[in-house]
Amino acid sequence: MVEKKKSGYWLTHAGLIIGVLFIFFPVWLTFVASTVNQEEIINPPLPLWPGTEIFENYYHALFKGGREGYGSNEPVINMLINSSIMALGITIGKIAISLLSAFAIVYFRFPFRKTCFWLIFMTLMLPVEVRIVPTYEVVANLNLLNSYTGLIFPLIASATATFLFRQFFMTIPDEMVEAARMDGCSPMRFFKDILIPISKTNIAALFVILFIYGWNQYLWPLLMTTDPDMKTIVIALDAMIPAGDDFAHWPTVMATAMLAMLPPIAVVIGMQKFFVKGLLESDK
Amino acid sequence: MEKRVIFKGWWLPALLVAPQLIISFLFFFYPSGQALWNSLFLPDPFGLKTEFVGLDNFKFLLTDPYYLESFKTTIFFSTAVSFFSMAIGLYLAALADRLIKGAGVYQTLLIWPYAIAPAIAGVLWLFLFNGNIGLVSYYLKGLGYEWNHTLNGDEAMFLVILASTWGRISYNFLFFLAGLQAIPKSVIEAAAIDGASFWKRFFTIVIPLLSPITFFLLVVNIVYAFFDTFGVIHTITSGGPEQSTTILVYKVFSDGFVSQDLGSSAAQSVILLLVVGVLTVVQFKYIERKVHY
Amino acid sequence: MSEIKLENLKKSFGKTEVIHDLSIDVKDGELIVIVGPSGCGKSTLLRMVAGLEDANQGNILIDGKKVNELEPMERNIAMVFQNYALYPHMTVFDNMAYGLKIAKIPKEEINSRVQKAADILELGQLLERKPNQLSGGQRQRVAMGRAIVRNPVAFLFDEPLSNLDAKLRVQMRLEIKKLQTQLKTTSLYVTHDQVEAMTLADRMIVMNQGNVEHIGTPLEVYTKPKTLFTAQFIGSPAMNILSGDCQKGQISLSNGTTLKTNSNHSGKVNVGLRPEDFIMDDNGLIKLKVELVELIGANTLIHGKLENSNEVLVASIAGVISEDKVGKNINLAFKDDKLHLFNANTDLRIN
Repeated sequence: MVEKKKSGYWLTHAGLIIGVLFIFFPVWLTFVASTVNQEEIINPPLPLWPGTEIFENYYHALFKGGREGYGSNEPVINMLINSSIMALGITIGKIAISLLSAFAIVYFRFPFRKTCFWLIFMTLMLPVEVRIVPTYEVVANLNLLNSYTGLIFPLIASATATFLFRQFFMTIPDEMVEAARMDGCSPMRFFKDILIPISKTNIAALFVILFIYGWNQYLWPLLMTTDPDMKTIVIALDAMIPAGDDFAHWPTVMATAMLAMLPPIAVVIGMQKFFVKGLLESDK
Repeated sequence: MEKRVIFKGWWLPALLVAPQLIISFLFFFYPSGQALWNSLFLPDPFGLKTEFVGLDNFKFLLTDPYYLESFKTTIFFSTAVSFFSMAIGLYLAALADRLIKGAGVYQTLLIWPYAIAPAIAGVLWLFLFNGNIGLVSYYLKGLGYEWNHTLNGDEAMFLVILASTWGRISYNFLFFLAGLQAIPKSVIEAAAIDGASFWKRFFTIVIPLLSPITFFLLVVNIVYAFFDTFGVIHTITSGGPEQSTTILVYKVFSDGFVSQDLGSSAAQSVILLLVVGVLTVVQFKYIERKVHY
Repeated sequence: MSEIKLENLKKSFGKTEVIHDLSIDVKDGELIVIVGPSGCGKSTLLRMVAGLEDANQGNILIDGKKVNELEPMERNIAMVFQNYALYPHMTVFDNMAYGLKIAKIPKEEINSRVQKAADILELGQLLERKPNQLSGGQRQRVAMGRAIVRNPVAFLFDEPLSNLDAKLRVQMRLEIKKLQTQLKTTSLYVTHDQVEAMTLADRMIVMNQGNVEHIGTPLEVYTKPKTLFTAQFIGSPAMNILSGDCQKGQISLSNGTTLKTNSNHSGKVNVGLRPEDFIMDDNGLIKLKVELVELIGANTLIHGKLENSNEVLVASIAGVISEDKVGKNINLAFKDDKLHLFNANTDLRIN
């Protein structure tokens, strides 16, 4: 609809800009804090404009695990690697097993197919937090504490991706599989040559959502990783926050926070089209 | 609806669903069963043996003032987070939807916080409200208000609600914007021709048409506030001060892992399981209506 | 080149039987069109021949060999689908070559076969395009190309033209006919469009509710429909059906008019008269009260009711008929051999 009044137009923009500022506010200050020196932070107020220590702060956070005299941490680069492995492991694992099971459920009739369907969809909404203690015991019994396998696998057990792929496969015209069968396709060949290529956008969309889901995992890695080598960056950041009167080197902490946010934000912005599609479709 | 043409055979599909089923059994059904089973037992104080106590753990929980308090806290917290994040999300989406040009730019500017982990959102806001160095608490002090969420339970609650809401706005914004853009323009134009003003149109046409998506978001946001906000709570308050921000999922964690009270923690898991179960059923009804072929 | 023989086929989905005991012989090189309303089982029949659907009973023979248990590909049959079912992520070339690649045919052979098919179908310029860069007619041609490259023993067409607009449909119909005549490949063609059926078919099969109503050349089906259903389904506008009573070579209609027939049948009958078989003639036996006159081009359609009766009748008369006939009575005549007579109990043709 065309708005006739100019004032309405500017008020709309003003309202949106206030929202944008509210969204940016804490992140901007975090960025500022990651570019100044310790003195500027512990003597409030914090400046509103970036300082000059940006290189030192990020260098020390990434490779040295903080400044001397402020306790020692693992270098952030290691934790970025851990987070990447966990996030990618969850993403790829989930997409892989979901594609396979959705394919089986949609394109085959086999005994207990309905049962399988319901078993998988019962896992649809129950988050890991609800069954956290027994899951921990399972993983401990399997000797998987402090391992990537133990970090990744329990978080793969959810049906959202399977559900999405099933919905998508149902929309593919029946004639596609008929034509493939006339062409002499075996089931796995159909899966590889036709189903996966035409699911590309859906896979990309799901990739974004799951990558963020994996990267941002908190409670599970918190319990699972007692070994500092295995910590993810989100967990490590939390550990850097001083409890009580402990002293922290704030610029390094804030640089770590920035580093922890950047990869998933980059994925969201860079793959915005897929992200929006994935979010709107996968949650329904 | 089913596919008309299918592939034959049963061992291949069995093989294909096996990975997901095995993982689901190992890390989902078995632990959930364990939680149920453990909830019926009480370990002795030294953890050497456990005793079958039937539903005593539940009876104890439902009469435990701390647990009931935590229930109330959770309901207050999740109501607040859902309400504020949806209200702000809808407000911004309605504004963006009014624009002919530029809605896409605002979408980019508003959706990225979805990528920020709740725990990190917690750290950001904690930094701003830190009693010694926080910018906001500094200016509050200037106004004569002494901010200290480590001692004041209401302030702590305010802060966790703020951080959780902040991280959730983008999600609600995106869904509301998609919902608004899906409303046929002709409906709005018909209302405009009938003489309805923008706000009149918004409340009498747009809001009712958005009700399915609103309902969906309500359920999803409640689930978010129940579980995903664990990171916010853990980084900002650790459930304190004096349990004032201990939501149910945090209590499962602190009773089970910190206090090692496994029977009670298991019983709490079961109760949470029921809550999510109910929400899932409600949600599924929605999906059925929505996706029902 | 090959013959297809269907013997006593039966097919049910759950408890509903959709094909009842059906037998057909398709001769080598013949183009058979299966026509019928939607839900008559024609597509199911085609898909059973293709091997996409299993028959519950009966045999499917290709060149005398029973193929019931063979996979679609092993039957060496090609199929063209209504929505073309092109693989959206593959180029035109790959779409056509895919089946050959699976069959592990050498590369040079694939290239030459695809090239040849592309030449026949004038797709040479489009080989590197993806399906979404093609027009409807071009997609249709690629779908046919995919069928041709396989050198199949038979083509199966499942309503291949229904997704095209009217003009293109006529053009593609001609092309399919030309192609089939040129390649002389045995073909089964399913459609619900009777014009398509009439124009394409060497022989046509009219199906209704899982039964074959009539098998014959288009001319036979049009001039001597075996059943009431066929009579009404083929021809446009549809054949007029009037109820009557036949005794000793005389048919009395509901309004008392009597018509002659050479049939000895006695009992209730349905009289079929095609709208286009009428001529206006003051001595005509059929008296029509005109309700509406529609000029549709070369012909004029006159809608009305049989005088003193509620039975509706349409006549298609060459040339322009003036609108002021509306409300008046006219007399219509027809040649004796244009009268179709059906037993009212069995719906089978009598004369």
